Amino acid sequence: MSAIEIAAVSKVYAGGIRAVSDVSLLIADGEFIVLVGPSGCGKSTLLRMIAGLESISSGTVAIGSRVVNEVDPAARNIAMVFQNYALYPHMSVYDNLAYGLRNRGVPKADIDARVAEAARMLEISPFLDRKPKQLSGGQRQRVAMGRAIVRKPDAFLFDEPLSNLDAKLRVSMRGEIRQLQRRLGVTSVYVTHDQLEAMTLADRIVVLYGGRIEQVGRPLDVYHNPASTFVASFIGSPAMNLADAEVSGGSVAIGEQVMASGVAGIADGKLTVGLRAEDIQPDESGTGVPFAVRYIEELGAQRLVHGSVEGRHLTMALSPDVPLADEIRVMVAADRLHFFENGSGRRMARRGA
Amino acid sequence: MIDRHPWLDALAHAVLIVGVLVVAFPVYVAVIASTHGPNDFMSGLIPLLPGSEMLANYRSMLTDGLSSSGAPPLGGMLWNSLVMALCIAFGKIVISILSAYAIVYFRFPFRAVAFWMIFITLMLPVEVRIVPTFKVVADLGLLDSYAGLTIPLIASATATFLFRQFFLTVPDELMEAARIDGAGPLKFFRDILLPLSRTNIAALFVILFIYGWNQYLWPMMITTTSSHYTIVMGIKRMSDVADALPQWNVVMTTVVLAMLPPVIVVVGMQRLFVKGLIETEK
Repeated sequence: MSAIEIAAVSKVYAGGIRAVSDVSLLIADGEFIVLVGPSGCGKSTLLRMIAGLESISSGTVAIGSRVVNEVDPAARNIAMVFQNYALYPHMSVYDNLAYGLRNRGVPKADIDARVAEAARMLEISPFLDRKPKQLSGGQRQRVAMGRAIVRKPDAFLFDEPLSNLDAKLRVSMRGEIRQLQRRLGVTSVYVTHDQLEAMTLADRIVVLYGGRIEQVGRPLDVYHNPASTFVASFIGSPAMNLADAEVSGGSVAIGEQVMASGVAGIADGKLTVGLRAEDIQPDESGTGVPFAVRYIEELGAQRLVHGSVEGRHLTMALSPDVPLADEIRVMVAADRLHFFENGSGRRMARRGA
Repeated sequence: MIDRHPWLDALAHAVLIVGVLVVAFPVYVAVIASTHGPNDFMSGLIPLLPGSEMLANYRSMLTDGLSSSGAPPLGGMLWNSLVMALCIAFGKIVISILSAYAIVYFRFPFRAVAFWMIFITLMLPVEVRIVPTFKVVADLGLLDSYAGLTIPLIASATATFLFRQFFLTVPDELMEAARIDGAGPLKFFRDILLPLSRTNIAALFVILFIYGWNQYLWPMMITTTSSHYTIVMGIKRMSDVADALPQWNVVMTTVVLAMLPPVIVVVGMQRLFVKGLIETEK
């Protein structure tokens, strides 16, 4: 168990394609970090550089205060779980777990004990004699995790480990990974494109976009204070509503409609306003902004109402108890608004707030 | 969508049966011919029912050979063919699996050049380069030796490509997982790639064994003493006699004996062989 320090790391592929640009990140001992972003954002490349499967173009990666740029993957004392499990198809589950230990010259009795313990923890003891082909997807994923656990590594690296599972299994495995990581206390780096996985698993989320870090923070911090319009639209489902707006004298207007007034600390001018779906509320007094309902998605516990204000598409999350009409009046609390600069998309801090 | 009509089924079966007969009839004739005495062929008609000389024919060919055509006892020729076929099959598999491994898993200078060099040899089978190859083998003093018989036939572009295609279907993550598990290149090859290639190796072995066994032109060029004759050459020598009629009964005896080892190999490895040809899921 050890901290991982990533300092100004870049990856430039042959042909000058920059997959990762100048990423710095300090991962504390025992921390669960989730790298999240759309495909092609460099998250897998970053993970593979930590693992040693990809060379580092510039910058340094240190695991437990040892710089590992030139260290072989096997010698970095990390364990990796792959998306397609990467189990050795011709070996039994036991041999899959034991292979890495044998290569390290761990004594036979020790291997037996470690495999048995990992198998018990992951409830795969009955399958130790089977081949991976004879297991279901979820069981294979457990075996892949077992292979990581028996190594007692300094860090776990997960490369989209749940993407090949069906939705229900994904949720239950997600919970197991989290509990297991808590119990073992091993520093973990987890790559996913699924923001829900990121939110539920992470101690801290790292949002990557175009090979750069957009934001690092605890899940709720990232959710409530997205650093840019990209993070705002990526984290959270449904995505945050973003609309061009204008602030003048403390009131925020989308087109002709004043959404909220009494906003302090934001200079007058054009900007992008962000509204979480759950922060748009029906205005029972009937004086709010007119919201033209287009269509509704029923989720059971809530319904997502898609519609428009002044031609801008907005989504709001309502309780199923709220009566609907073709046009409803809505309002947003001033302190629930997010403001982003036009152009750069960076979050605008509210002065004095 | 397959139409199922009784008469279509019957037609399909008829075609298949005719096909089997066309293939099997010559084999039947050979087996029958090997059971007759030498005089049963004088009439110019080939007998189609078994004769009574079977044991005598096989015994004399295995022990004495046919001295009038310069054919030694078959045992020695069968042995030569076996050695040659096995050496070629194993040699080809070892060389091609190693070169395919190098081409797929290693980044070395002139990798593409190496790949194309192997590819080009596909266009140069033994028959095309037989004269220069003979010259090289003769200059190396390898005439009339097992080395001369086998080494020039060992390099195989086809097998290299087969393994290359197979290795490309093995997910990269498997190699990466092995690297993290502390397996170096040779260990990965031995512990993971080789066991996964098992069925491919078996299928290739069958094909290459038969290829080696049936070699005719090259052994004829390279051997001059009867101690290195192969069985296929023996058949040719016996059927190609001057100033006399070929003794078809013993020629066919030799043919039947020459067919047996490939049949044994195919039957013995059938299960793996079929698996190797059809298996796609890894």
